[in-house]
Amino acid sequence: MSDTTTRAAPAKPNRGYGRWTPAWFLAPAVLTLLLIGIYPTLFALVTSFRRYNITRPRDGFPFIGFENYVNVLTDSTFWSSLLLTAKFYVTVLPIQVVLGLVVALLLHKPGMGMLKSLARVTLVVPLATTYAVVGLIGRLIFNRDFGVANQFLGFVGFGPIDWLSTPNGAFAAIVIMDVWQWTPFCALIFLAGLSMVPGEIEEAARLETSSKLALLRHVQLPYLLPGLTAVMILRSADVLKLFDMVFVMTRGGPGSATDLISIYIQRVGFRIFDLGTASAQAILLLILTIIISRLYIRLLYREVH
Amino acid sequence: MRGKVLHAVGLTAVVVFSLFPFLWMVAASFKTQADILASPPVWFFTPTLQNYTEIFADTKVSGAIINSLIVATCSTILAVLLGAPAAFALARYEFRGKSDLWFWFISNRMISPIVLALPVYLLAMQANLLDTHLVLILIYLTFQLPIVVWIVTDQFKSIPADLEQAARLDGADQFTIFRKIYLPLGAPGIAVSAIFSFIFSWNELLYALVLTRRNVQTAPVVATSFMSGYELPWGKIMATGTVIVLPVTIFALIVSRHMVRGLTMGATK
Repeated sequence: MSDTTTRAAPAKPNRGYGRWTPAWFLAPAVLTLLLIGIYPTLFALVTSFRRYNITRPRDGFPFIGFENYVNVLTDSTFWSSLLLTAKFYVTVLPIQVVLGLVVALLLHKPGMGMLKSLARVTLVVPLATTYAVVGLIGRLIFNRDFGVANQFLGFVGFGPIDWLSTPNGAFAAIVIMDVWQWTPFCALIFLAGLSMVPGEIEEAARLETSSKLALLRHVQLPYLLPGLTAVMILRSADVLKLFDMVFVMTRGGPGSATDLISIYIQRVGFRIFDLGTASAQAILLLILTIIISRLYIRLLYREVH
Repeated sequence: MRGKVLHAVGLTAVVVFSLFPFLWMVAASFKTQADILASPPVWFFTPTLQNYTEIFADTKVSGAIINSLIVATCSTILAVLLGAPAAFALARYEFRGKSDLWFWFISNRMISPIVLALPVYLLAMQANLLDTHLVLILIYLTFQLPIVVWIVTDQFKSIPADLEQAARLDGADQFTIFRKIYLPLGAPGIAVSAIFSFIFSWNELLYALVLTRRNVQTAPVVATSFMSGYELPWGKIMATGTVIVLPVTIFALIVSRHMVRGLTMGATK
Protein backbone atom coordinates (compact mmCIF):
# COMPACT_ATOMS: atom_id res chain seq x y z
CA MET A 1 0.00 0.00 0.00
CA SER A 2 2.46 2.60 -1.11
CA ASP A 3 -0.40 5.03 -1.63
CA THR A 4 -1.20 5.34 2.04
CA THR A 5 2.42 6.03 2.89
CA THR A 6 2.70 8.83 0.37
CA ARG A 7 -0.58 10.23 1.55
CA ALA A 8 0.51 10.13 5.14
CA ALA A 9 3.60 12.19 4.34
CA PRO A 10 2.79 15.50 6.01
CA ALA A 11 5.12 17.58 3.80
CA LYS A 12 2.93 16.92 0.74
CA PRO A 13 1.50 20.29 -0.31
CA ASN A 14 -2.17 20.62 -1.11
CA ARG A 15 -2.20 20.35 -4.88
CA GLY A 16 -5.74 21.55 -5.09
CA TYR A 17 -7.07 18.50 -6.89
CA GLY A 18 -8.16 15.04 -5.96
CA ARG A 19 -6.55 11.78 -6.93
CA TRP A 20 -9.02 11.09 -9.70
CA THR A 21 -9.20 14.58 -11.18
CA PRO A 22 -6.66 13.87 -13.97
CA ALA A 23 -8.67 10.80 -14.93
CA TRP A 24 -11.79 12.85 -15.54
CA PHE A 25 -9.98 15.11 -17.97
CA LEU A 26 -8.16 12.25 -19.68
CA ALA A 27 -10.99 9.75 -19.91
CA PRO A 28 -12.75 11.04 -23.04
CA ALA A 29 -9.59 11.08 -25.18
CA VAL A 30 -8.19 7.82 -23.80
CA LEU A 31 -11.46 5.91 -24.16
CA THR A 32 -11.88 7.20 -27.72
CA LEU A 33 -8.38 6.14 -28.71
CA LEU A 34 -8.91 2.74 -27.09
CA LEU A 35 -12.08 2.27 -29.08
CA ILE A 36 -10.83 3.49 -32.45
CA GLY A 37 -7.12 2.63 -32.19
CA ILE A 38 -6.50 -0.28 -29.86
CA TYR A 39 -9.68 -2.28 -30.44
CA PRO A 40 -9.22 -2.45 -34.25
CA THR A 41 -5.55 -3.33 -33.74
CA LEU A 42 -6.52 -6.26 -31.51
CA PHE A 43 -9.12 -7.26 -34.09
CA ALA A 44 -6.39 -7.22 -36.77
CA LEU A 45 -4.22 -9.36 -34.50
CA VAL A 46 -7.02 -11.93 -34.17
CA THR A 47 -7.71 -11.80 -37.92
CA SER A 48 -4.04 -12.42 -38.62
CA PHE A 49 -4.42 -15.89 -37.07
CA ARG A 50 -7.39 -16.79 -39.27
CA ARG A 51 -7.97 -17.77 -42.85
CA TYR A 52 -10.01 -14.75 -43.84
CA ASN A 53 -10.79 -14.33 -47.52
CA ILE A 54 -14.06 -12.47 -47.87
CA THR A 55 -14.51 -13.47 -51.48
CA ARG A 56 -14.87 -17.04 -50.19
CA PRO A 57 -17.24 -16.74 -47.21
CA ARG A 58 -18.35 -20.36 -47.58
CA ASP A 59 -14.96 -21.51 -46.28
CA GLY A 60 -15.65 -19.69 -42.99
CA PHE A 61 -12.88 -17.92 -41.13
CA PRO A 62 -11.09 -20.71 -39.22
CA PHE A 63 -8.14 -20.16 -36.91
CA ILE A 64 -4.97 -21.47 -38.50
CA GLY A 65 -2.31 -20.54 -35.95
CA PHE A 66 0.80 -18.94 -37.36
CA GLU A 67 0.17 -20.09 -40.94
CA ASN A 68 -0.39 -16.53 -42.25
CA TYR A 69 2.83 -15.35 -40.62
CA VAL A 70 4.78 -18.30 -42.03
CA ASN A 71 3.35 -17.54 -45.47
CA VAL A 72 4.18 -13.85 -45.23
CA LEU A 73 7.71 -14.39 -43.94
CA THR A 74 8.45 -16.91 -46.70
CA ASP A 75 6.77 -14.77 -49.37
CA SER A 76 9.44 -13.21 -51.54
CA THR A 77 7.09 -10.45 -52.79
CA PHE A 78 6.64 -9.22 -49.21
CA TRP A 79 10.39 -9.05 -48.69
CA SER A 80 11.07 -7.42 -52.04
CA SER A 81 8.39 -4.84 -51.23
CA LEU A 82 10.09 -4.07 -47.91
CA LEU A 83 13.42 -3.95 -49.68
CA LEU A 84 12.01 -1.55 -52.26
CA THR A 85 10.68 0.64 -49.44
CA ALA A 86 14.17 0.67 -47.91
CA LYS A 87 15.67 1.50 -51.31
CA PHE A 88 13.21 4.37 -51.69
CA TYR A 89 14.16 5.65 -48.23
CA VAL A 90 17.91 5.58 -48.84
CA THR A 91 17.35 7.30 -52.19
CA VAL A 92 15.14 10.17 -51.07
CA LEU A 93 16.68 10.83 -47.66
CA PRO A 94 20.18 11.99 -48.72
CA ILE A 95 18.72 14.18 -51.48
CA GLN A 96 16.23 15.78 -49.08
CA VAL A 97 18.86 16.27 -46.38
CA VAL A 98 21.41 17.89 -48.69
CA LEU A 99 18.90 20.07 -50.55
CA GLY A 100 17.15 20.90 -47.28
CA LEU A 101 20.43 22.00 -45.72
CA VAL A 102 21.27 24.18 -48.72
CA VAL A 103 17.85 25.83 -48.57
CA ALA A 104 18.15 26.32 -44.80
CA LEU A 105 21.58 27.97 -45.19
CA LEU A 106 20.20 30.25 -47.90
CA LEU A 107 17.35 31.26 -45.60
CA HIS A 108 19.65 31.71 -42.61
CA LYS A 109 22.18 33.91 -44.39
CA PRO A 110 21.73 37.60 -43.54
CA GLY A 111 20.34 39.97 -46.18
CA MET A 112 17.72 39.66 -48.96
CA GLY A 113 14.89 40.24 -46.50
CA MET A 114 11.92 40.32 -48.88
CA LEU A 115 13.02 37.50 -51.13
CA LYS A 116 13.89 35.43 -48.08
CA SER A 117 10.44 35.82 -46.52
CA LEU A 118 8.86 34.95 -49.85
CA ALA A 119 10.99 31.81 -50.17
CA ARG A 120 10.15 30.80 -46.61
CA VAL A 121 6.43 31.13 -47.20
CA THR A 122 6.49 29.23 -50.49
CA LEU A 123 8.12 26.26 -48.74
CA VAL A 124 4.79 25.63 -47.06
CA VAL A 125 3.02 25.02 -50.39
CA PRO A 126 4.51 21.56 -51.14
CA LEU A 127 3.96 20.47 -47.54
CA ALA A 128 0.29 21.41 -47.59
CA THR A 129 -0.53 19.98 -51.01
CA THR A 130 -2.90 17.03 -50.67
CA TYR A 131 -0.79 13.89 -51.16
CA ALA A 132 -3.21 12.46 -53.68
CA VAL A 133 -3.08 15.69 -55.68
CA VAL A 134 0.73 15.49 -55.66
CA GLY A 135 0.16 12.18 -57.44
CA LEU A 136 -2.16 13.84 -59.97
CA ILE A 137 0.42 16.55 -60.63
CA GLY A 138 3.01 13.80 -61.10
CA ARG A 139 0.82 12.11 -63.71
CA LEU A 140 0.59 15.41 -65.61
CA ILE A 141 4.26 16.37 -65.36
CA PHE A 142 5.68 12.93 -66.18
CA ASN A 143 3.32 12.08 -69.04
CA ARG A 144 5.34 10.64 -71.91
CA ASP A 145 3.69 12.65 -74.67
CA PHE A 146 2.80 16.02 -73.21
CA GLY A 147 4.58 16.07 -69.83
CA VAL A 148 6.72 19.05 -69.00
CA ALA A 149 9.46 16.82 -67.53
CA ASN A 150 10.35 15.59 -71.00
CA GLN A 151 10.30 19.16 -72.31
CA PHE A 152 12.90 20.09 -69.68
CA LEU A 153 14.97 17.07 -70.69
CA GLY A 154 14.74 18.30 -74.27
CA PHE A 155 16.10 21.72 -73.25
CA VAL A 156 19.27 20.09 -71.92
CA GLY A 157 19.59 17.82 -74.93
CA PHE A 158 18.12 14.52 -73.76
CA GLY A 159 15.49 12.51 -75.54
CA PRO A 160 12.07 11.89 -73.99
CA ILE A 161 11.73 9.22 -71.29
CA ASP A 162 8.71 6.98 -70.88
CA TRP A 163 8.60 7.83 -67.16
CA LEU A 164 5.55 6.06 -65.82
CA SER A 165 5.62 2.90 -67.93
CA THR A 166 9.22 1.86 -67.33
CA PRO A 167 10.39 0.51 -63.95
CA ASN A 168 13.31 2.91 -63.50
CA GLY A 169 11.37 5.87 -64.86
CA ALA A 170 8.44 5.28 -62.52
CA PHE A 171 10.74 4.89 -59.52
CA ALA A 172 12.57 8.09 -60.45
CA ALA A 173 9.27 9.93 -60.89
CA ILE A 174 7.97 9.05 -57.41
CA VAL A 175 11.37 9.93 -55.95
CA ILE A 176 11.22 13.36 -57.59
CA MET A 177 7.70 14.07 -56.36
CA ASP A 178 8.63 12.96 -52.84
CA VAL A 179 11.73 15.16 -52.92
CA TRP A 180 9.55 18.07 -54.04
CA GLN A 181 7.07 17.56 -51.24
CA TRP A 182 9.42 16.80 -48.33
CA THR A 183 12.59 18.83 -48.95
CA PRO A 184 10.84 21.88 -47.42
CA PHE A 185 10.21 19.81 -44.29
CA CYS A 186 13.96 19.16 -43.91
CA ALA A 187 14.75 22.78 -44.75
CA LEU A 188 12.41 24.16 -42.07
CA ILE A 189 13.78 21.77 -39.43
CA PHE A 190 17.38 22.66 -40.26
CA LEU A 191 16.50 26.35 -40.30
CA ALA A 192 15.11 26.00 -36.78
CA GLY A 193 18.40 24.34 -35.78
CA LEU A 194 20.52 27.08 -37.36
CA SER A 195 18.59 29.80 -35.57
CA MET A 196 19.45 28.13 -32.24
CA VAL A 197 23.15 28.95 -32.70
CA PRO A 198 23.84 31.84 -30.29
CA GLY A 199 24.37 35.02 -32.32
CA GLU A 200 27.65 36.09 -30.68
CA ILE A 201 29.26 32.67 -31.20
CA GLU A 202 28.36 32.70 -34.88
CA GLU A 203 29.64 36.30 -35.25
CA ALA A 204 32.93 35.44 -33.56
CA ALA A 205 33.37 32.37 -35.75
CA ARG A 206 32.65 34.39 -38.89
CA LEU A 207 35.39 36.85 -37.94
CA GLU A 208 37.85 34.06 -37.30
CA THR A 209 37.35 32.05 -40.44
CA SER A 210 36.15 32.90 -43.90
CA SER A 211 35.47 29.26 -44.70
CA LYS A 212 31.78 28.52 -44.79
CA LEU A 213 32.51 24.82 -44.47
CA ALA A 214 34.51 25.30 -41.26
CA LEU A 215 31.70 27.39 -39.84
CA LEU A 216 29.18 24.72 -40.73
CA ARG A 217 31.27 21.90 -39.31
CA HIS A 218 32.51 23.39 -36.08
CA VAL A 219 29.81 25.84 -35.07
CA GLN A 220 26.49 24.97 -36.72
CA LEU A 221 26.64 21.18 -36.99
CA PRO A 222 26.04 20.45 -33.28
CA TYR A 223 22.82 22.45 -33.51
CA LEU A 224 21.73 20.60 -36.65
CA LEU A 225 22.16 17.07 -35.32
CA PRO A 226 18.92 16.79 -33.28
CA GLY A 227 17.02 17.96 -36.37
CA LEU A 228 18.83 15.42 -38.52
CA THR A 229 17.87 12.62 -36.14
CA ALA A 230 14.25 13.78 -36.25
CA VAL A 231 14.30 13.88 -40.06
CA MET A 232 15.81 10.41 -40.34
CA ILE A 233 13.31 8.78 -38.02
CA LEU A 234 10.17 10.66 -39.08
CA ARG A 235 10.91 10.15 -42.75
CA SER A 236 11.42 6.42 -42.21
CA ALA A 237 7.98 6.23 -40.59
CA ASP A 238 6.54 8.36 -43.40
CA VAL A 239 8.01 6.13 -46.10
CA LEU A 240 6.50 3.07 -44.42
CA LYS A 241 3.17 4.96 -44.47
CA LEU A 242 3.55 6.32 -47.99
CA PHE A 243 0.49 5.43 -50.00
CA ASP A 244 -1.55 8.27 -51.52
CA MET A 245 0.92 9.84 -53.90
CA VAL A 246 2.31 6.55 -55.23
CA PHE A 247 -1.12 4.96 -55.51
CA VAL A 248 -2.36 7.82 -57.68
CA MET A 249 0.78 8.01 -59.79
CA THR A 250 1.63 4.37 -60.47
CA ARG A 251 -0.58 2.02 -58.38
CA GLY A 252 2.68 0.25 -57.52
CA GLY A 253 3.52 -0.46 -61.16
CA PRO A 254 4.70 -0.99 -63.78
CA GLY A 255 5.02 -4.56 -62.58
CA SER A 256 6.15 -4.13 -59.00
CA ALA A 257 8.60 -1.28 -59.66
CA THR A 258 6.98 1.10 -57.15
CA ASP A 259 5.20 -1.44 -54.96
CA LEU A 260 6.07 0.10 -51.57
CA ILE A 261 4.96 -1.77 -48.47
CA SER A 262 1.72 0.12 -47.75
CA ILE A 263 0.66 -0.19 -51.40
CA TYR A 264 1.43 -3.89 -51.36
CA ILE A 265 -0.56 -4.61 -48.18
CA GLN A 266 -3.46 -2.54 -49.50
CA ARG A 267 -3.52 -4.70 -52.64
CA VAL A 268 -3.44 -7.99 -50.73
CA GLY A 269 -6.23 -6.75 -48.47
CA PHE A 270 -8.51 -4.87 -50.83
CA ARG A 271 -7.81 -6.23 -54.31
CA ILE A 272 -7.21 -9.90 -53.49
CA PHE A 273 -9.35 -9.64 -50.32
CA ASP A 274 -7.07 -11.99 -48.43
CA LEU A 275 -7.54 -10.15 -45.14
CA GLY A 276 -5.90 -12.82 -43.01
CA THR A 277 -2.60 -12.52 -44.84
CA ALA A 278 -2.90 -8.75 -45.12
CA SER A 279 -3.55 -8.48 -41.37
CA ALA A 280 -0.43 -10.52 -40.63
CA GLN A 281 1.54 -8.19 -42.89
CA ALA A 282 0.00 -5.16 -41.20
CA ILE A 283 0.88 -6.49 -37.73
CA LEU A 284 4.48 -7.00 -38.84
CA LEU A 285 4.52 -3.46 -40.22
CA LEU A 286 3.10 -2.22 -36.91
CA ILE A 287 5.88 -3.97 -34.97
CA LEU A 288 8.46 -2.32 -37.21
CA THR A 289 6.79 1.05 -36.66
CA ILE A 290 6.69 0.61 -32.89
CA ILE A 291 10.44 -0.10 -32.88
CA ILE A 292 11.03 3.06 -34.91
CA SER A 293 8.84 5.23 -32.71
CA ARG A 294 10.47 3.89 -29.53
CA LEU A 295 13.78 4.90 -31.08
CA TYR A 296 12.36 8.31 -31.88
CA ILE A 297 11.11 8.86 -28.36
CA ARG A 298 14.33 7.55 -26.79
CA LEU A 299 16.53 9.80 -28.91
CA LEU A 300 14.47 12.96 -29.08
CA TYR A 301 12.26 13.30 -26.05
CA ARG A 302 14.97 12.59 -23.49
CA GLU A 303 14.97 16.14 -22.25
CA VAL A 304 11.25 16.00 -21.49
CA HIS A 305 12.05 13.96 -18.36
CA MET B 1 28.83 41.21 -54.68
CA ARG B 2 29.19 37.75 -56.14
CA GLY B 3 27.92 36.29 -52.89
CA LYS B 4 24.84 38.51 -53.05
CA VAL B 5 24.00 37.48 -56.60
CA LEU B 6 24.39 33.80 -55.72
CA HIS B 7 22.19 34.28 -52.66
CA ALA B 8 19.47 35.93 -54.73
CA VAL B 9 19.70 33.26 -57.44
CA GLY B 10 19.53 30.52 -54.82
CA LEU B 11 16.48 32.00 -53.11
CA THR B 12 14.74 32.50 -56.45
CA ALA B 13 15.44 28.86 -57.25
CA VAL B 14 13.78 27.88 -53.95
CA VAL B 15 10.67 29.87 -54.85
CA VAL B 16 10.49 28.38 -58.37
CA PHE B 17 11.14 24.85 -57.12
CA SER B 18 8.43 25.11 -54.44
CA LEU B 19 5.78 26.67 -56.62
CA PHE B 20 6.33 25.19 -60.08
CA PRO B 21 4.43 21.86 -59.82
CA PHE B 22 1.57 23.59 -58.03
CA LEU B 23 1.36 26.42 -60.58
CA TRP B 24 1.65 23.95 -63.45
CA MET B 25 -1.49 22.24 -62.16
CA VAL B 26 -3.31 25.55 -61.77
CA ALA B 27 -2.29 26.53 -65.31
CA ALA B 28 -3.54 23.21 -66.68
CA SER B 29 -6.88 23.78 -64.95
CA PHE B 30 -7.35 26.86 -67.17
CA LYS B 31 -6.34 25.09 -70.39
CA THR B 32 -8.53 23.46 -72.99
CA GLN B 33 -8.02 19.73 -73.50
CA ALA B 34 -6.22 20.49 -76.79
CA ASP B 35 -3.78 22.84 -75.01
CA ILE B 36 -3.09 20.27 -72.32
CA LEU B 37 -2.44 17.51 -74.87
CA ALA B 38 -0.17 19.73 -76.97
CA SER B 39 3.30 18.30 -77.43
CA PRO B 40 5.63 19.96 -76.56
CA PRO B 41 3.62 21.54 -73.69
CA VAL B 42 2.46 25.12 -74.23
CA TRP B 43 3.39 27.79 -71.68
CA PHE B 44 1.26 30.58 -73.12
CA PHE B 45 -2.38 29.97 -73.87
CA THR B 46 -5.81 31.59 -73.78
CA PRO B 47 -7.26 30.70 -70.38
CA THR B 48 -10.72 29.17 -70.17
CA LEU B 49 -13.10 28.70 -67.24
CA GLN B 50 -14.69 25.71 -68.97
CA ASN B 51 -13.16 23.14 -66.59
CA TYR B 52 -14.40 24.95 -63.52
CA THR B 53 -17.94 25.40 -64.81
CA GLU B 54 -17.95 21.68 -65.66
CA ILE B 55 -16.77 20.47 -62.26
CA PHE B 56 -19.11 22.76 -60.33
CA ALA B 57 -22.01 21.51 -62.45
CA ASP B 58 -20.90 17.93 -61.71
CA THR B 59 -22.75 16.86 -58.56
CA LYS B 60 -20.12 14.21 -57.96
CA VAL B 61 -17.42 16.82 -57.40
CA SER B 62 -19.51 19.29 -55.41
CA GLY B 63 -20.95 16.43 -53.35
CA ALA B 64 -17.45 15.17 -52.62
CA ILE B 65 -16.32 18.60 -51.47
CA ILE B 66 -19.33 18.81 -49.16
CA ASN B 67 -18.49 15.34 -47.80
CA SER B 68 -14.90 16.42 -47.20
CA LEU B 69 -16.12 19.53 -45.41
CA ILE B 70 -18.52 17.57 -43.18
CA VAL B 71 -15.94 14.95 -42.26
CA ALA B 72 -13.05 17.36 -41.69
CA THR B 73 -15.13 19.83 -39.68
CA CYS B 74 -16.87 17.30 -37.45
CA SER B 75 -13.72 15.32 -36.75
CA THR B 76 -11.76 18.49 -36.00
CA ILE B 77 -14.39 19.70 -33.53
CA LEU B 78 -14.44 16.31 -31.83
CA ALA B 79 -10.64 16.18 -31.70
CA VAL B 80 -10.53 19.55 -29.93
CA LEU B 81 -13.37 18.68 -27.53
CA LEU B 82 -11.69 15.43 -26.54
CA GLY B 83 -8.08 16.55 -26.84
CA ALA B 84 -8.08 19.87 -24.96
CA PRO B 85 -9.10 18.39 -21.57
CA ALA B 86 -6.52 15.63 -22.00
CA ALA B 87 -3.90 18.27 -22.77
CA PHE B 88 -4.90 20.12 -19.60
CA ALA B 89 -4.31 16.97 -17.54
CA LEU B 90 -0.96 16.30 -19.21
CA ALA B 91 0.20 19.90 -18.79
CA ARG B 92 -0.88 20.44 -15.19
CA TYR B 93 -1.05 17.18 -13.27
CA GLU B 94 1.49 14.64 -12.13
CA PHE B 95 0.23 11.07 -12.09
CA ARG B 96 1.50 7.57 -12.49
CA GLY B 97 1.86 6.33 -16.07
CA LYS B 98 1.89 9.88 -17.43
CA SER B 99 4.92 9.43 -19.66
CA ASP B 100 3.61 6.12 -21.03
CA LEU B 101 0.34 7.78 -21.88
CA TRP B 102 2.19 10.62 -23.50
CA PHE B 103 4.25 8.25 -25.66
CA TRP B 104 1.19 6.33 -26.66
CA PHE B 105 -0.43 9.52 -27.95
CA ILE B 106 2.71 10.41 -29.87
CA SER B 107 3.27 6.94 -31.37
CA ASN B 108 -0.01 7.26 -33.22
CA ARG B 109 1.75 9.77 -35.48
CA MET B 110 3.97 7.00 -36.86
CA ILE B 111 1.50 4.20 -37.59
CA SER B 112 0.64 3.45 -41.21
CA PRO B 113 -3.07 3.91 -41.95
CA ILE B 114 -3.14 0.53 -43.69
CA VAL B 115 -2.68 -1.16 -40.28
CA LEU B 116 -6.00 0.24 -39.07
CA ALA B 117 -7.75 0.32 -42.45
CA LEU B 118 -7.98 -3.49 -42.64
CA PRO B 119 -9.67 -4.18 -39.27
CA VAL B 120 -11.78 -1.01 -39.40
CA TYR B 121 -13.08 -2.08 -42.81
CA LEU B 122 -14.20 -5.45 -41.39
CA LEU B 123 -15.65 -3.91 -38.22
CA ALA B 124 -17.48 -1.22 -40.17
CA MET B 125 -18.84 -3.82 -42.55
CA GLN B 126 -20.24 -5.86 -39.64
CA ALA B 127 -21.70 -2.75 -38.00
CA ASN B 128 -23.17 -1.53 -41.30
CA LEU B 129 -21.12 1.65 -41.08
CA LEU B 130 -19.32 1.45 -44.44
CA ASP B 131 -19.91 4.52 -46.60
CA THR B 132 -21.03 6.74 -43.70
CA HIS B 133 -19.61 10.04 -42.51
CA LEU B 134 -19.44 8.63 -38.99
CA VAL B 135 -16.83 5.95 -39.70
CA LEU B 136 -14.49 8.45 -41.37
CA ILE B 137 -14.97 11.00 -38.59
CA LEU B 138 -14.09 8.39 -35.96
CA ILE B 139 -11.09 6.96 -37.77
CA TYR B 140 -9.66 10.43 -38.50
CA LEU B 141 -9.54 11.02 -34.76
CA THR B 142 -6.69 8.48 -34.57
CA PHE B 143 -4.31 10.99 -36.13
CA GLN B 144 -6.05 14.22 -35.08
CA LEU B 145 -6.18 13.56 -31.34
CA PRO B 146 -2.39 13.17 -30.99
CA ILE B 147 -1.81 16.42 -32.90
CA VAL B 148 -4.30 18.35 -30.75
CA VAL B 149 -3.00 16.84 -27.51
CA TRP B 150 0.59 17.62 -28.38
CA ILE B 151 0.18 21.22 -29.53
CA VAL B 152 -2.33 22.20 -26.84
CA THR B 153 -0.30 20.61 -24.01
CA ASP B 154 2.63 22.68 -25.15
CA GLN B 155 0.52 25.83 -25.12
CA PHE B 156 -1.05 25.07 -21.70
CA LYS B 157 2.39 24.52 -20.18
CA SER B 158 3.34 28.08 -21.06
CA ILE B 159 0.46 29.53 -19.02
CA PRO B 160 1.88 30.90 -15.71
CA ALA B 161 0.91 28.89 -12.63
CA ASP B 162 0.26 32.02 -10.51
CA LEU B 163 -2.98 32.63 -12.39
CA GLU B 164 -4.17 29.23 -11.28
CA GLN B 165 -3.07 29.83 -7.69
CA ALA B 166 -5.07 33.05 -7.55
CA ALA B 167 -8.16 31.37 -8.97
CA ARG B 168 -7.81 28.53 -6.50
CA LEU B 169 -7.70 30.98 -3.58
CA ASP B 170 -10.95 32.38 -4.89
CA GLY B 171 -12.38 28.92 -4.53
CA ALA B 172 -12.49 27.89 -8.20
CA ASP B 173 -12.55 24.14 -8.83
CA GLN B 174 -10.41 22.44 -11.46
CA PHE B 175 -13.09 22.45 -14.11
CA THR B 176 -13.67 26.18 -13.68
CA ILE B 177 -9.91 26.79 -13.87
CA PHE B 178 -9.79 24.80 -17.11
CA ARG B 179 -12.73 26.64 -18.60
CA LYS B 180 -12.09 30.18 -17.38
CA ILE B 181 -8.28 30.34 -17.53
CA TYR B 182 -6.81 27.65 -19.73
CA LEU B 183 -9.29 27.58 -22.59
CA PRO B 184 -9.22 31.35 -23.28
CA LEU B 185 -5.46 31.73 -22.76
CA GLY B 186 -4.73 28.57 -24.74
CA ALA B 187 -6.97 29.60 -27.62
CA PRO B 188 -4.14 30.36 -30.08
CA GLY B 189 -2.66 26.88 -29.61
CA ILE B 190 -6.08 25.30 -29.89
CA ALA B 191 -6.70 27.18 -33.14
CA VAL B 192 -3.37 26.05 -34.60
CA SER B 193 -4.04 22.44 -33.63
CA ALA B 194 -7.53 22.64 -35.13
CA ILE B 195 -6.13 23.95 -38.41
CA PHE B 196 -3.61 21.09 -38.55
CA SER B 197 -6.34 18.56 -37.80
CA PHE B 198 -8.45 20.01 -40.56
CA ILE B 199 -5.59 19.95 -43.08
CA PHE B 200 -4.66 16.34 -42.30
CA SER B 201 -8.19 15.02 -42.56
CA TRP B 202 -8.96 17.08 -45.67
CA ASN B 203 -5.88 15.57 -47.32
CA GLU B 204 -6.48 11.96 -46.30
CA LEU B 205 -6.96 9.37 -49.06
CA LEU B 206 -6.39 5.77 -47.91
CA TYR B 207 -9.13 5.48 -45.27
CA ALA B 208 -11.59 7.35 -47.47
CA LEU B 209 -10.78 5.08 -50.43
CA VAL B 210 -11.33 1.91 -48.42
CA LEU B 211 -14.24 2.89 -46.18
CA THR B 212 -16.52 4.75 -48.61
CA ARG B 213 -18.45 3.74 -51.69
CA ARG B 214 -20.82 6.03 -53.54
CA ASN B 215 -22.41 8.32 -50.95
CA VAL B 216 -19.57 9.59 -48.81
CA GLN B 217 -16.65 9.77 -51.24
CA THR B 218 -14.38 12.63 -50.21
CA ALA B 219 -12.73 15.08 -52.60
CA PRO B 220 -9.36 13.26 -52.92
CA VAL B 221 -11.18 10.00 -53.72
CA VAL B 222 -13.22 11.61 -56.48
CA ALA B 223 -10.17 13.40 -57.89
CA THR B 224 -8.33 10.08 -58.16
CA SER B 225 -11.36 8.29 -59.57
CA PHE B 226 -11.14 10.49 -62.67
CA MET B 227 -7.81 8.82 -63.32
CA SER B 228 -9.24 5.71 -64.94
CA GLY B 229 -10.63 5.23 -68.40
CA TYR B 230 -9.22 5.82 -71.82
CA GLU B 231 -9.52 9.54 -72.56
CA LEU B 232 -8.66 11.30 -69.30
CA PRO B 233 -10.44 14.64 -68.70
CA TRP B 234 -7.17 16.36 -67.72
CA GLY B 235 -8.60 19.85 -67.40
CA LYS B 236 -11.35 18.69 -65.05
CA ILE B 237 -8.89 16.64 -63.03
CA MET B 238 -6.55 19.59 -62.58
CA ALA B 239 -9.42 21.96 -61.76
CA THR B 240 -10.62 19.52 -59.09
CA GLY B 241 -7.07 19.24 -57.77
CA THR B 242 -6.81 23.02 -57.56
CA VAL B 243 -10.13 23.32 -55.74
CA ILE B 244 -9.00 20.68 -53.23
CA VAL B 245 -5.57 22.16 -52.58
CA LEU B 246 -6.43 25.87 -52.48
CA PRO B 247 -8.27 25.99 -49.13
CA VAL B 248 -5.67 23.92 -47.29
CA THR B 249 -2.84 25.96 -48.75
CA ILE B 250 -4.43 29.11 -47.34
CA PHE B 251 -4.86 27.43 -43.96
CA ALA B 252 -1.27 26.21 -44.07
CA LEU B 253 0.01 29.72 -44.82
CA ILE B 254 -1.85 30.95 -41.72
CA VAL B 255 -0.05 28.40 -39.52
CA SER B 256 3.20 28.40 -41.48
CA ARG B 257 5.18 29.51 -38.41
CA HIS B 258 4.05 26.34 -36.63
CA MET B 259 4.51 24.00 -39.60
CA VAL B 260 7.56 22.24 -38.18
CA ARG B 261 5.91 21.77 -34.81
CA GLY B 262 2.81 20.31 -36.39
CA LEU B 263 4.70 17.86 -38.57
CA THR B 264 7.26 16.68 -36.03
CA MET B 265 5.02 16.78 -32.96
CA GLY B 266 7.50 19.18 -31.43
CA ALA B 267 10.60 17.01 -31.44
CA THR B 268 12.64 19.99 -32.61
CA LYS B 269 11.92 23.20 -30.83
